[in-house]
Amino acid sequence: MKKSKILMIVGSLLLLGLFVFPLWNITLEAPQYPIPLGMDIHINKFVDTHEFDIKNINLMNHYVGMQYIPETIPEFKIFPVAIGIMVVLGVIIGFLGNHKLFLAWFVLMAVLGTAGMYDFYLWEYNYGHNLDPKAIMNFKNPDGSAMGFQPPLFGTKDILNFKAHSYPRLGAYFLFVGMILTLVAFFVGRKEVKSK
Amino acid sequence: MKTIFKSLLVITVLSMVLGSCGKGDSKKNGALSSNAAEKVYVAPGEYDEFYAFVSGGFSGQLAVYGLPSGRLFKVIPVFSVDAEKAYGFNEETKPMLNTSHGFIPWGDSHHPDISQTAGELDGRYVFINENNTPRIAKIDLTTFETTEIIEIPNSAGNHSSSFVTENTEYVVAGTRFSIPYPQRDMPIKEYKGNFKGALTFIAVDPKDGAMNIKFQLMMPGFNYDLSHPGRGASHGWFFFTTYNTEEANSLLEVNASQNDKDFIAAINWKKIEEYVNNGGGTKAPTKYAHNVYSDETHSATSTMKDEVLIINPSDVPGAIYFMPTPKSPHGCDVDPSGEYIVGSGKLAAELTVHSFSKMIKAIDEKKFDGDAYGIPILQYEATLAGAVKQPGLGPLHTEFDGKGNAYTTFFISSEVVKWKLGTWEVLDRKPVFYSVGHLMIPGGNSRKPFGKYLVAMNKITKDRYLPTGPEVTQSAQLFDISGDKMEMLLDFPTIGEPHYAAGIPANLIVPKSKKIYKLEENKHPFATKTEAAAKVVRKGNEVHVYMTMIRSHFAPDNIEGIQVGDKVFFHVTNLEQDYDVPHGFAVIGAQTSELLIMPGQTETNIWEPKQVGVWPFYCTDFCSALHQEMQGYIRVSPKGSNVPLTYTLDGDAVDAE
Repeated sequence: MKKSKILMIVGSLLLLGLFVFPLWNITLEAPQYPIPLGMDIHINKFVDTHEFDIKNINLMNHYVGMQYIPETIPEFKIFPVAIGIMVVLGVIIGFLGNHKLFLAWFVLMAVLGTAGMYDFYLWEYNYGHNLDPKAIMNFKNPDGSAMGFQPPLFGTKDILNFKAHSYPRLGAYFLFVGMILTLVAFFVGRKEVKSK
Repeated sequence: MKTIFKSLLVITVLSMVLGSCGKGDSKKNGALSSNAAEKVYVAPGEYDEFYAFVSGGFSGQLAVYGLPSGRLFKVIPVFSVDAEKAYGFNEETKPMLNTSHGFIPWGDSHHPDISQTAGELDGRYVFINENNTPRIAKIDLTTFETTEIIEIPNSAGNHSSSFVTENTEYVVAGTRFSIPYPQRDMPIKEYKGNFKGALTFIAVDPKDGAMNIKFQLMMPGFNYDLSHPGRGASHGWFFFTTYNTEEANSLLEVNASQNDKDFIAAINWKKIEEYVNNGGGTKAPTKYAHNVYSDETHSATSTMKDEVLIINPSDVPGAIYFMPTPKSPHGCDVDPSGEYIVGSGKLAAELTVHSFSKMIKAIDEKKFDGDAYGIPILQYEATLAGAVKQPGLGPLHTEFDGKGNAYTTFFISSEVVKWKLGTWEVLDRKPVFYSVGHLMIPGGNSRKPFGKYLVAMNKITKDRYLPTGPEVTQSAQLFDISGDKMEMLLDFPTIGEPHYAAGIPANLIVPKSKKIYKLEENKHPFATKTEAAAKVVRKGNEVHVYMTMIRSHFAPDNIEGIQVGDKVFFHVTNLEQDYDVPHGFAVIGAQTSELLIMPGQTETNIWEPKQVGVWPFYCTDFCSALHQEMQGYIRVSPKGSNVPLTYTLDGDAVDAE
């Protein structure tokens, strides 16, 4: 079998890691939380880093009027299906061996990924800004606008007494490496065609 | 005036001269003491190396300290009510203090001992005895709470307790005061021969630690003072010191000090166990309470038992022997190998050490010196391993460092003496302040002592601390025993009188320490697991409030329709599932105590309002930034009022959520 085909198939299959490992993690540190509160985001669920962390994040956040982190969100139905289809599609394309399709798959995946990130950002924005008007504590920014409590999309940010960390987890690395492999598959495939 | 100045001058000069003379010494002391400070300093946020469970004596409780810092972490309520923790005040823990004499709010706690596996500390439980109304308690070291108390029938002055065998097969309870058996109305002067001393063997279930009296050995009417198990080769035996073998019943300080030698009783419990397992012994009627606390229902139950298995020494020949030991021995301590049994004759000039192997040989060769009530008395010389000569005055207790050394406390000469097992030579002695009773080396009465620190527990402190009126603190003193010579590092106050302590490396406990109770595992019959389930139910004049608490409110927080003469049960569940977020509950005029409820736990307080009005209740434990807002009101109407029973949160019916 051609090298490019193997790369394409392996690359697509690596996405299956998303079904096992978390995609993203948000961790909150505070003086009162020497063991930080944390939440792993999978493609199909939210999971406590330590048991009851999400419950305790909700309890903390109710002081500033933030909504509870829902048990489930519609994305958790869509993401697994989308990833599943992309894996199957990737493997089929891999067997077909047309390197142009490899690139098409990669572009489609990149678009889906970006859409996913944007969706995540929207959820985070809403989570951080859609505050209960009867909130126990109201904080204003220096310019007088209501302070939001949106966790960072990527990186570390200070939110009141908390330090919020938002970073990819193993599942994201599977996705990332898988996608790189499919891109490599495209270039290798193109070279293989040219060298014929 | 002039003469005063002159004499002052003389004193000043003298002290300067003396000061310069002793300069070398004081320098050394200075260096040493700064070194001592370093040795006990545990930096903020750091952990101590050892836990010390120190008996609370006549407080009835058990105190948890850290070593080497001497910092107090917790007072675990065991035998006395504790209003802070609602122990003995809330409905859940009242049964823990039930006995055949009824509810007893106070106890005298003595000898904590940590459970063992293969002769080594395993950190599952601490057992401790109550001397006054004889009981043995078990404290679970995942929760640091008392989870079981068993009363000891036919016993009085439960003192030679609560020591465990090598695999925690048994925890023993021996009686210090012999009493009539069976208990009856009889003249005290007919003590001799009629009074008996019960030694109780409580089996401990290896799975869940459940205690159960396996048998009681009905010994002659001596005073059974202290005990320790055999270990290694001597595993299967238990040793008890006795005094008052004179069987005196009055002015014991004189009349029980007449015999030149009393005994150490050697009990082959394995042999008796075998006899019992084969159907031996006599079931005798009695009455004793067995109280068990469950972490699932967060409640205790008390069961009254009515039967106990009695063994008479003559029933099991070859299981019990007496080893003569000089002058009213107190401590009875077995070295880590199990070969040496140290008997501290508290009025004797020397410390007696018996040899287990010599004892076995003497039994085989029948080297007897008569008998007492049919129990063979072994020849003194036949079991003697050696004696520590001129060790001090008033020896009480001995512990071991695992390096071949023993450490004995001397009450009268107020010192701790280090001596060598086998050669019996005194290696070091250090004064303690004052009149030391017990001492403790973590694991010092097991196969594997951790011979780094020694804690001396003193009966008297006099001038050692800032005075606090006539009643001053009791104290413990910490020694570093890692070197050839003992070095005193620290004084720290203790609660009650510290009779004995048990120490254990922190790393054997820390990973198992529970952080919260899981709400989903809460099986309390009145648990309320969500705010929506909160309710108030009237049953005649009893009102049951199913209440929840979470940062920072109660549900419900306003209750109306209560009447004077009602008996209101507040069943309060803490819905938190976060570490160190307890909530408290207190209501005005309650004749109980506060409740202090851990995350996931349910507790019940009874309130009987006597006055019409609107009365507040509030959270007593500063739980959050809005703790001061965590409150509610109860409207109490006159008896027979037609105010309907309602209960709300934020103006809404709670169950409407």
